[in-house]
Order: sequence, then structure tokens, then C-alpha cells
Amino acid sequence: MSATKIDDRIVRVDAMEKARGEALYVSDIKFPGMIYGTLVRSSIARGKIISINVPDLPEGYSFITADDIPEEGRNELWMIAKDWRCFASGDVKYVGETIGILCGPDRNMLSYLKERIKVEYEEEVPAVTIDDALSLKGGPIAGEDNIMCSLYCEKGEKMDDVFRKADSIFEETLETGFQEHVHLETNSAIVRLEDGRFTFYISAQCPFYVRKSVAGLLGLRPEDIVVKQTTTGGAFGGKEHFPDVLAGPLLVACNKIRKPIKLVFEREEDMLYSVKRHPSKVLFKTALDKEGNILGIDGKIYYNCGAYLSASYVVLQRGVFHANGVYDIPSTHLVGYGVATNTFPSDAFRGFGAPQTLFAIEMHLSHIARKFGFDPAEYKSRYFLKKGSETVTNGHIVEDVKLPEMFRQIADASDYERKSKEYEIGSGKGIGISFYNHGGAFTGNGEQAIIKAHARLVKTGDRVRIEVGSTEMGQGFQTALRKIAANALEIDISRVDYPNPDTSRVPDSGPTAASRSTMVVGKIVEDCALEMKARWDEGDFSVEKEYVHPDGHPWDQDTFRGDAYLGYGWGACIVEVEVDKLTNEVTTKGIWSSHDVGKAIDELIVHGQVNGGVIQSLGYASMEKMENRNGHFRQSSMSDYVVPTSMDFPKQEWFLVDNPYQWGPQGAKGMGELVFNGADAAYTDAVERALGATICKIPIPPEDIEEAIDNAR
Amino acid sequence: MRDKVVFHVNGKRVEFEGNPMTRLIDILRDDLGLTGVKEGCGEGECGACSIIKDGKLVTSCIIPVGAADGSEILTIEGIKDTPKGICITEAFRDGGAVQCGFCIPGMVMAAYALLEENHHPTEEDIRMAISGNICRCTGYDLIVSSVQLAAERGGELWQ
Repeated sequence: MSATKIDDRIVRVDAMEKARGEALYVSDIKFPGMIYGTLVRSSIARGKIISINVPDLPEGYSFITADDIPEEGRNELWMIAKDWRCFASGDVKYVGETIGILCGPDRNMLSYLKERIKVEYEEEVPAVTIDDALSLKGGPIAGEDNIMCSLYCEKGEKMDDVFRKADSIFEETLETGFQEHVHLETNSAIVRLEDGRFTFYISAQCPFYVRKSVAGLLGLRPEDIVVKQTTTGGAFGGKEHFPDVLAGPLLVACNKIRKPIKLVFEREEDMLYSVKRHPSKVLFKTALDKEGNILGIDGKIYYNCGAYLSASYVVLQRGVFHANGVYDIPSTHLVGYGVATNTFPSDAFRGFGAPQTLFAIEMHLSHIARKFGFDPAEYKSRYFLKKGSETVTNGHIVEDVKLPEMFRQIADASDYERKSKEYEIGSGKGIGISFYNHGGAFTGNGEQAIIKAHARLVKTGDRVRIEVGSTEMGQGFQTALRKIAANALEIDISRVDYPNPDTSRVPDSGPTAASRSTMVVGKIVEDCALEMKARWDEGDFSVEKEYVHPDGHPWDQDTFRGDAYLGYGWGACIVEVEVDKLTNEVTTKGIWSSHDVGKAIDELIVHGQVNGGVIQSLGYASMEKMENRNGHFRQSSMSDYVVPTSMDFPKQEWFLVDNPYQWGPQGAKGMGELVFNGADAAYTDAVERALGATICKIPIPPEDIEEAIDNAR
Repeated sequence: MRDKVVFHVNGKRVEFEGNPMTRLIDILRDDLGLTGVKEGCGEGECGACSIIKDGKLVTSCIIPVGAADGSEILTIEGIKDTPKGICITEAFRDGGAVQCGFCIPGMVMAAYALLEENHHPTEEDIRMAISGNICRCTGYDLIVSSVQLAAERGGELWQ
């Protein structure tokens, strides 16, 4: 065994047990005496509950509702806000809201009984879309105006002055739809009593979120609850806060029944009754001079948050902060509104609000470029942010920006310039391009002020165990973190252990979200490892450290001014398509991307993340259509909500640029979300050029292309 | 009508007396404890529950156990310690094919079924062979190249 170095090609530590079918996911775990639970949910989008009629239940079966929350508890899940109820009570606010949990030993009997629980409602008119909510359809849901949260930021001159100087104004509205995570493992959890403590086995990104969220239901403290993360079969944000919605009812039920209870969603439930990516509507009004130069951008950003706030305010903030993309626009005014509707609450999804506004700014600049006869790549590159550029929050870019080099890599590989000239607009052939970024970790000083992440290393003999609350959900963090530790300790990676977190044994390292784990938790682990290395001969000991934010980068969370992010990931993507003008079938001919992730901790893992993020983004743009009618999602299965298969897109060409981040482990920055943030716009640009159409809304599946062409005429 | 369904799973004889409409996946997972067979969708769309039945790749969530009567069934548990199974799983490990892992046992079965029929598959052949298996993590490229790696490394194993 030799010391593992950061550039060594290694294999994932979890690959073999997963490939052999030996990794245990929640659905594979059984406990003696375990019974099953199933959620009984609202079947209407808005209304009052008149009565809940439960048939006589056989022995061993129970129906648990808000009435079973003990006096000392409160019917609320504490996510970022506390507005999401564990059980609907008195009224319902969206289709699928939990009314109760039916528990018992036989799953067939549970289905039989569930159908016989009848809830009577007095229905009210739901508001489903952003426009419904803004027009107060059915009366307000939240406050007086349905605006659950809002913020703005401005830079440069006042908008009135900017628009007074404009030679022309370019206005358009860009929209994105719902997106479902479709992690292959559905949401699932088991609760049971272990040594008198409520203990969860759960498929989740953030075990510490779960205990904080549900403890108050029984009037307990978070530390009274134990959460053990199990092998997690994909998450993408869908298991950031949503596991709380399973854990809450399970906890209340276990408090009454005192038996292990397992809840595993069927795919249909996971499709219809789980959180989604926020649909968005972005209105850009851009002031231009005679030559087509941008004087300023005025943006209004609306996100459909659904019935509860959950994490939406934070999602919206990230959307606003990314609304000028990778561009230094001289003057800008951006306002974001989080809108309450009677749909299933929207929540975290890879990108966390950034993909929506990045799509909008990319398409908007492409449309302006084309209007003035410029190639979009050339036009956009005039505005690239550079080190020292002022951001939309009046902070500054603190790192080198390598977009010109990244553009060159993919332009050369794809022969972009030639194809961009030769493929005539509307010819059926098109090549499209996008540029994007993603701010790593929590906004501003949130990592230090709010999260206060801890990590610990424990040395026993010649082995070292990593103790953190961060989770492996498929992204490769167990391997990356062990590699960071082994590299710093100068030992072989096989001597480093990193078991799935158990909240009773590990410190809270903050959520596994926001592309922060490698960049932030990885850095703390590296610092712990360096100290351990220096003290190696002291025998068995442990080292624990807390995150320290670099000095000199002010941020005001009340006014949203300052350095929102210290390290961005950067990306550029080119997509080439051919469109059959008779059938509107789109064939993707090539995909090229380049990313700046600082330094790749493991190139094979980064390769997999790039491929997966890009394809998920292409699915978002091209085929993943989730419609909502009257509050009901219309796509309920994997045959009608279609995600990409191995046949839909060709092999990708991908590049990295080296740009070490001064505060990251070995120079690494966040990358898990970045790779989702731009392929959608490159694809849409390519389809537009092939068709000679203007597309302002995704997804754009073939059946919607005709409409886009008509609109362009 | 016969009152009993008899078939072989990973070489072992299985007798089932009960509702012949019971899903095969439930017998495999719940009765036989073969939890490498994953349920991703329950409607034959995602491929996570893929098994090999009489040499053909099928999704066990949409097969009633009655339809398995007289058949030879292979699951991931039946191949993982065979030379061919080891060849594929090691290629998946070395080639970076595995992320969250939930689709992977099904993918391994799809690769196995392909390589048994086609010893030198092209990229297109592989993409076609795994097109019934959904992966939400990898974008497929590294799975495809890992299957190619298994074909190359296996060499005579697949003849």
C-alpha cells in the first residue's frame, strides 16, 4: 500500500457493493415486528375538510392524524420556515397534502383500507399558476397578495436614467416548467425505537435536517432523535427537505404504535406527491444603444413556490443572484418574487433556483445578438465577468475567470465558428451555445454565521475514520472525501473509513446541498488531516474543526449586498442538433462542454457528474414535461414523464480547465450543480437556429415545436 | 389448473403455492431475499428489476409468478460470483459506471444478457441493449464504456 495522491486514478469505494446488489437501501431493510405505513392524502387542491370517515380497522391497523400529535408537540415541520404542516388539519392547500398515515402489517390490506377512508371537502377554487396567484384567483393563499417572499438587488445607474438613454428596448418573458427529480430510489424511511430513542433509517441528503424538522412534533429536542442515513439511490435535491414530510407522520405514528414502521413510496406517489423544481417566469427589459450594446437590464423574476415556503426564499435568492449569468452588465435591477399557489410545494433541485434565471438570461442575450446580427457567442463574450468585476450584489469576482479559454476548447472541438456561419437559420441544422456559473456553498457568510459546519477525524491504530454529517447520494462524496483525507495524511485510501452518518455519532457538517460538501466540508477534513499528520505519533486521538470563513469578504444578508459567493464553478456548453422539419423530431448530433471546478479531486467522478448533469439538463429542455391541471399533476409514471434513455443523446465530449480555488481542498470548488446549469440553453439555442424560431419556454418537446414556429411568424 | 408454480432461481428449485398473479419481483425480494433486484417503477419502464428469464432480459415487476412456471431465472445474486459476473461488475467499478447504484444491478443484468449474445458489441449495440434501463445519474456514457471494457477484458469468456 502506498500513499494515495490526489491525481491518482482510483475506483469508487462504494462501486462494488452496489454493482453486486449488496448495498442496502431502505426498501431492502427489515426489522422484527416491522409494520408498514401509507400516506392518506388530499385529493383536492384547496378546500375545507368537512369530515374524515375511517372504516372499522382490523386489529393491528391504525390511522394516525393531527389529532395524535401530543399536547406538548406542534403540527409543523421545521425546514427553513416552519409553515409546512405535518398533517393537514381543518383545510387542505394542495393535492397530495398529508392527512394521515395508515399503518399495519399487511400491505395489500393497507391498500384495501386506504381506498375506504373517505374525506369530505368543501372545495374552493385553487390558484395553480403564477398568473393565477398574482390575480388572486380563489382569494389569497398567503398574505394579501400571494407573495411569500421577495428581494431585489441593483447595480450601476438607476433604471429610469438607463432607459432614458436607450436607443431601443428589448423585452421578453422567459419561462421554465416543473421538473421531477426521478431519483431511481423513491422516497423511503423506517422509524423504530432503539434504546428508547426514536431512530430513523432514511434515504436522505441531510440527516440533521430530519431530526431538527420533526422533533417538535412530539415536543422533543433534535438531539433526542437519531437519524441514520441509508444508502441513498439518487437525490438531486429531492431528498434535501422532503424526507421530513415522510419522517414527521412516521414519528407521530411510532409514538402511538411503538413498533418499527416502514414507508416506501411507490413510483406513482413519488411522481405525483413529491416536491418539484420551481416553475419560473422571468420578464427581462433591456436597454440598448444603436449598435446593440447593453446599457442595462431590468428583471422581474417569479417562482412558483406552491403552498408552503419550505426552502423557496433561499431558492429565489440564488435565482436572483444568478440572473445576469456570467455577464458584467453595467446597470441592472433585479427583483424576485416567490409566489404561493395550490400546487405541491416546490423545493430544492440541483441548481437550486439558478438554472431558471440562467436559462432566461442565456436565451435573452442570444435573442438580442441575433436581432443585431451578431453570433451569440461573440456577443456574449463581450460581457464576460472577470476577476474584480462587480457582481449584481455589488460584490466582486475574487477569482480568475477562464471562460475565454473554455469557449476556445469547445469551439475548436465542435468546429463552432464554421458551423455557426454555415448552418443557415431555419435550415434544419443548428448549433447552440451557453455560458453559465454556479456560486459554491451557502450565500455570503452563511457558512460561518448559520451553518457552522464541523468535521472530525478519529485515529485508531493505523486507521482513520471520518466523522461528518455529509452524505453519499451517488455523487461520489464518500470517495472524494476519503481521497482528500488520505492525500493529506499521506496514507493509502484503504486505511480511511467514512461510514454513512448517524446523527448520534457524528458532528453536524451542514446539509449535503449547495455544492458545498467538497469545497467546505472537504476543506475542514483536509485541515483536520494535516493536523493529524503532524501529530501522527501521539497514538489514538481525534481532531475536530469548525469552518472558518476567509476574512475581507463582507456580506449583508438583510440587504443582499456584498460577495455572495467566493468561488464559482464556471461552464460553457455547445449542442448541435438536426430537426426533421416534417415531424419536428430533434436529433442531437453532438454535445461539448467545458467546466472550471477549480481542481478535480477525482477526474473519473467529475466525468460522471458532468455527463449526468448535462443529460439531466437536456432532459429538462427537451422532454421532461410535467403539467398541472387544477392542482393535479398529469404525469404520474415513468412512461408519461419521460427522462432520457441511453438512446436519446450521443456520447459527450468534455473538458476541464485548471483554476485552483485558494480556499478549497487541493483547490477544489463545488461542481455538482454547475454541470446542470447550462446545457438546456445550448440545446434550445440550437433548436431555435435549426427552426428559425424564437423559443422562450422550456421544455420544448417535438409536439410543442409547431407552436414555437407559429409564434415566431 | 396446476396448484403450484415451479421454477428455478439461480439454479435452486422454487415452489410457489399462492396467487399466480403475485408479482415475480415480490417473490424474489420478499420470499427469497434477493434484494439486489430493485423496484424503481413497478411498471416495467425503468429496468431496475431486470433479471434473465430463460436467457432473455425481462423486468420482474410486470411478470406474474405464474408466467415463470418451468423457467430458469438468473438474478444479480446468481451471477455476481461467476467469472462473467465478476468481469462485468469489476468493469463497472473500474470504468466509473456506478453512482447512486440503484439502477446498477439491473444494468449489470442487461450487460450480461447482451454479452452472452453479442461478444463484440459496438457503442450503438450497447446503447440499444441498455435502453430499457433508466439511469438518472450518469448520463450513460460511462456505463456504455464500462460494458465495452467488460467485452474487451472478458475476451474468451464471452465466446
